[in-house]
Amino acid sequence: MGPLIPNGIIPEEWNSIIAIIIGIFFGFILESSGFSSSRKLAGVFYGYDFAVLKVFFTAALVSMIGVLYMDYLGYVDMTQLYVHPTYLWGAIIGGVVMGVGFVAGGFCPGTSLCAVAIGKIDAIVYVIGIMIGVFIFSELFELFEPLYNGYFYGNITLMDTFGVNPYWFVFIFSLIAIVAFLVSDFVRKRTKKIFY
Amino acid sequence: MNLDKITNKHIYWNPYFGGFLLGILMLFTFFITGRGLGASGAMKSGVVTIVDTVAPTHAENNAYYSKFISEDKSPMNNWLALEALGVLLGAFISGGLSGRIGWRVQHSPKITSKRRLIFALGGGILFGLGAQIARGCTSGAALSGMAVISSGGFLTMIGIFGTGYIAAYFFRKNWI
Repeated sequence: MGPLIPNGIIPEEWNSIIAIIIGIFFGFILESSGFSSSRKLAGVFYGYDFAVLKVFFTAALVSMIGVLYMDYLGYVDMTQLYVHPTYLWGAIIGGVVMGVGFVAGGFCPGTSLCAVAIGKIDAIVYVIGIMIGVFIFSELFELFEPLYNGYFYGNITLMDTFGVNPYWFVFIFSLIAIVAFLVSDFVRKRTKKIFY
Repeated sequence: MNLDKITNKHIYWNPYFGGFLLGILMLFTFFITGRGLGASGAMKSGVVTIVDTVAPTHAENNAYYSKFISEDKSPMNNWLALEALGVLLGAFISGGLSGRIGWRVQHSPKITSKRRLIFALGGGILFGLGAQIARGCTSGAALSGMAVISSGGFLTMIGIFGTGYIAAYFFRKNWI
């Protein structure tokens, strides 16, 4: 049955309207969770606020379990879903560069958009920075191309990489997340409070 | 009464509630469109549009811009750019309902606005660069990737947060 648009159950013309509606919910959820505040986001790296960890891992788990369930029940064909491709070193080095950018700037692209929407000037500057970053990458594309296109392993999942059963993987990942949540509460109680 | 309003501004949803709704939204997005959410894609479209307008020949000759330029429609006319427009609207509604809207530079009292803005610009440049190398940001690569258990998505997530913790020491003056 699903995904609905690729299978023609919802006509392609609705795609643009659906994009805006999904975006509205995305922005509303992020802003209401406090992700328009760079000081709240940065808290995850200093132990005074773990909202990022909790929201991010809860969302990942809910969607992971949901996709597996819907596939199991036949509502969605998992093989038709777009799996983010694995370019080994691109994924790692890109992640490292983004990690430094996250701590330096206090936002990631989605959260910076939320902060722009409520008038944070630092977020506007951050978005301009992102666009400069994209510009630098594009202008120096020949330099980055081996990294961007190399070490390609296909649209693989951890099941392909490690040969694990997806249900066991999600079960163990849930346990890890619960332990992470408990540890984060423990750490936050022992960290100096920051008011922002 | 006035004090109540000031403190209320900083009361956000329970993070597990927000995370649950975000997970449901991600699931719904995969169910409808077959793909996940994204954010940096819209900014890339913005850059492609600007370069294509200012220097069309240069954009067509560049191996990266030219991937996103087509004859019949603007580079801004794509799913991720429209979704980003929605994000702005949704965040504006949420911020408006809680009285959080207003022009300001948010920074730790220990640093100046100027310092905050310089670091915001530098952080943005790095994030923009990294998001192109990894083909997606925290939303498009890490979160959407994790939803379908993509190996690359998990790697990028570990890269972002692992490096964040290592780099945090050097940027601590900006935040704590």
